[in-house]
Amino acid sequence: MRDADAVAAAIPDGATLGLPPDYSLVAMEVVRALVRRKAKDLKLVGVPVLGLCADILIGAGCVRELETSAVTLGEAGLAPRFTAAAEKKSLKIVDATCPMVHTGLQATEKGVPFMPLRGVLGSDLVKHHPDWKVIDNPYAKGDPIILAQAIQPDVALFHARWADEAGNVWVGRRKELATIAHASKSCYVTYEELKKGDMLEDEIMAPGCISSVYVTAVAPSPRGAWPLGVPGVYGIDDSHVQSYARMAKTEDGFRRYLDEFVYKTVAA
Amino acid sequence: MSYAKEELLACAVARLIGEAKHVAVGAASPIPATGAFLLKQKNPSLRISLLQKRTGNPFTEGSRELFDLAGQGRIDVFFLGGAQIDGEANINLVEAEGKRFPGSFGSAFMYFTAGKTILFREEHSPRVLVKKVDYVSAPGWSAPEVVRRGGPVALLTGKALFSWQKDKRRFRLESVHPGSNAEDVKANTAFEYDAPARVPETAAPSAEEISLLRGPVLKVIAENYPDFARRVWAERSSVSG
Repeated sequence: MRDADAVAAAIPDGATLGLPPDYSLVAMEVVRALVRRKAKDLKLVGVPVLGLCADILIGAGCVRELETSAVTLGEAGLAPRFTAAAEKKSLKIVDATCPMVHTGLQATEKGVPFMPLRGVLGSDLVKHHPDWKVIDNPYAKGDPIILAQAIQPDVALFHARWADEAGNVWVGRRKELATIAHASKSCYVTYEELKKGDMLEDEIMAPGCISSVYVTAVAPSPRGAWPLGVPGVYGIDDSHVQSYARMAKTEDGFRRYLDEFVYKTVAA
Repeated sequence: MSYAKEELLACAVARLIGEAKHVAVGAASPIPATGAFLLKQKNPSLRISLLQKRTGNPFTEGSRELFDLAGQGRIDVFFLGGAQIDGEANINLVEAEGKRFPGSFGSAFMYFTAGKTILFREEHSPRVLVKKVDYVSAPGWSAPEVVRRGGPVALLTGKALFSWQKDKRRFRLESVHPGSNAEDVKANTAFEYDAPARVPETAAPSAEEISLLRGPVLKVIAENYPDFARRVWAERSSVSG
């Protein structure tokens, strides 16, 4: 694909998007492009939590529903547009806990309808979550255990350090991205740089790759994770995230942020 | 010797961790991390996994690895906080009185699977230490048929240290930090708890602990929590944060 805007155009309104946390290669330029194309009714699945990308999409009115274990701007504090929407009850929020999200995606990876997990019982999350069930362990007596229903996002969306000519992408140790890619019906990846050849032929590179089997399309997007980071290339722009957190405290401030950093398409 | 409140709390954390092989510390927890690294000075084989480490992060299997480790019993000590914590050690990270918080993160799993959980919240007020949480992100105790490896062992706040009495499902006030007293703690705690007739004062950091904190511990904390290190130690140490 040509660029981040082409990726945003390929993601239909109403789609369920599997997205990584702020520390794990977020395709921020596509997030901005989704705001520019006025995407609607998206459902975001945080794997396992969400941050800046979700806050911007929520503030811009692109989101109908959220399933996540948290929304946070980390050191910069609460995610202001998420918090405002939650307190106004203008957003459907399905609260989860991190390993239940991973487990639901792993079920889809394996092609099974659910997977069990320890813990969680007695949490109010269980009462409110529509897709979790508690059963008796069929291998033991009197042992209640929780099941995560398989989670299958329509679209996996993230950023990569490299893509290659064979359509593979390299994300290094960020293996939650592999889990999202494996479990989703389609997968769009923006990348910093294109590598010649096929990274799977390289024994050192291959373990950090997601194979093109899972990748629908890639698009170049240098500094496409900004103001978040790509480990080893550029770090999180903490002062920008802090200034976002301040501006987005009010609806007006958030609009000014969009005018300055989303509609103008400038990256630092 | 004068010391910072954070140094006192870090020393309390180190004592609470006690015998452990592997401690995991979540995001935005500089005081638990400081306590863990203080303990590591005395027990060099202690493994400390800092979840928020941006470079040289301890995990290579993505964010699920922490939970897989805990699920297998490979995490001995973890820390949890809460927008609200109640007298039955339930924690709430979701919502209270119309206010929304970030969410439960991995608490509903880690509270069960880590060997010990130390509850840590600096703010000690009736707003935080409530009679009953508005939302149970993770329960403090479970029915006997529920498989549960671990649970709370203590609650450390900016005013006091409570131990958790599993059999009685109640906290017990163990000590009060300098600057507070038993009446102040009672006035600022909305749940009921047990207390000895005379409540001891939380032990002050020893000269040895202070020199470790301001030497090797500061060095590693400054790398990971630069703002915190500057705030606590800028004027207390010759090593710059």
